[in-house]
Amino acid sequence: MLLILWGVLIQFTIPIDNGDALKNAEADSQRTLYPYVTGTSIVAIKYKDGVLMASDMGGSYGSTLRYKNIERVKAIGKHSLLGASGEISDFQEILRYLDELVLNDNMWDDGNSLGPKEVHNYLTRVMYNRRNKFNPLWNTLVLGGVKNGEIYLGMVSMIGVSFEDNHVATGFGNHLARPILRDEWRADLSFEDGVKLLEKCMRVLLYRDRSAINKLQIAKITEEGVTVSQPYSLKTFWEFQAFHNPTAGAQGSW
Amino acid sequence: MFRNQYDTDVTTWSPTGRLFQVEYAMEAVKQGSAAIGLRSRSHVVLASVNKAQSELSSHQRKIFKVDDHIGVAIAGLTADGRVLSRYMRSESINHSFTYESPLPVGRLVVRLADKAQVCTQRSWKRPYGVGLLVGGLDESGAHLYYNCPSGNYFEYQAFAIGSRSQAAKTYLERRFKSFNESSREDLIKDAILAIRETLQGETLKSSLCTVSVLGVDEPFHFLDQESIQKVIDTFEKVPEEEEDGGEAEAEAAAAPAEQGGAGDQDVAPMEM
Repeated sequence: MLLILWGVLIQFTIPIDNGDALKNAEADSQRTLYPYVTGTSIVAIKYKDGVLMASDMGGSYGSTLRYKNIERVKAIGKHSLLGASGEISDFQEILRYLDELVLNDNMWDDGNSLGPKEVHNYLTRVMYNRRNKFNPLWNTLVLGGVKNGEIYLGMVSMIGVSFEDNHVATGFGNHLARPILRDEWRADLSFEDGVKLLEKCMRVLLYRDRSAINKLQIAKITEEGVTVSQPYSLKTFWEFQAFHNPTAGAQGSW
Repeated sequence: MFRNQYDTDVTTWSPTGRLFQVEYAMEAVKQGSAAIGLRSRSHVVLASVNKAQSELSSHQRKIFKVDDHIGVAIAGLTADGRVLSRYMRSESINHSFTYESPLPVGRLVVRLADKAQVCTQRSWKRPYGVGLLVGGLDESGAHLYYNCPSGNYFEYQAFAIGSRSQAAKTYLERRFKSFNESSREDLIKDAILAIRETLQGETLKSSLCTVSVLGVDEPFHFLDQESIQKVIDTFEKVPEEEEDGGEAEAEAAAAPAEQGGAGDQDVAPMEM
């Protein structure tokens, strides 16, 4: 339902004189109108040694959970981690842009390297410029990294809104994970505590976000480099009384 | 240098494998007034001699701020220098805008060198007639580069270009090994002393030179006349006490002869 709402928001009418059909044929055909295969939330936090980022491995095709093995968190260069929610093909396109960027950076071979701040700002420019052409890359990106001891975590949305924070979440995570993070995040979290906090957020998302699946990855970036965990599942509990006979109190049984 | 039949076009090689137009462009650098650069681990100082067309006019600007962390001193055709400074500022600010991070000096210098090279390989262009001392700070520390009209660039601990720069180079050659560990103040003092070498006995006054500094916690800026005069006063008080003073005069006299010598057919300046 939300997808259709987005579609409606973007699809406003431009008056075109159809006598000029040939000339104007391209006018409407080069804009992103709605996403097709989408990833759901990303949740990320700064912790003592760097950044932890969690995402599930699902790709939804509208309301169908079609793909269950999509990695939505990738390493960029030596110092950064990029996570994306939204259109998966646009995420892949962004990875190609960044591949080129990192390649050119490496080709200089001069002791300078792109840090998370530089990558974040580059992405902000890209997202904002696409938005200005009414042809957005339909993603919300999370960029985390560590360089020279400085821990960095930021976010860019599909319209180019960009900022840094100690903890970020996209999609449904905005509504369900942020309140938890605001209450429970502290500076200098240990790795174990950080993972526990992320799992708590992901569990809530798993229960409440219909596009979430129970197969997640947690990626970690520190000064030493990037590690992406193997996919695993969270324990869930469905034996609540209310779930046994969900229609019992039909007036608002949830 | 003798005029010869292979020097009309920048795209004509000589039989000995030289591009004379490029070498002539490097001669133009030697005609400009002196510019000096030196660096320590954390700071870079650029200094130049203020030359005015006449007593009525103001002196030409030879040092330009490219960004908070990069400055450039030029010698030669100042108009070419101004245009290249504008290019450098443009590259620097574009990088800052896209990446919110200062452009590494080494990368700016390569772009500048590539731009200069283009002019050595087009029949409808001429090489830039200006040498640039680019000083800057980046992740890997403080750097000083010299960009040539030929499209070559070199990294230096200290360097001098322009007329009578040999005298300054000799002074710097004696002292450069200590520059890496120099304090900011010592570096500035050495720069002003090097400028003095190029003046051939003329009394050094703060109105005769321009000095600029940039460093780890110090964005590029010019030193005001007072500060320069203060440094001058610390060594000009006792006129001929230093051995260096006497040596410098002898060297300065030899310098013009040396400059002429360097223009010999045997040594291609591009290769230095």
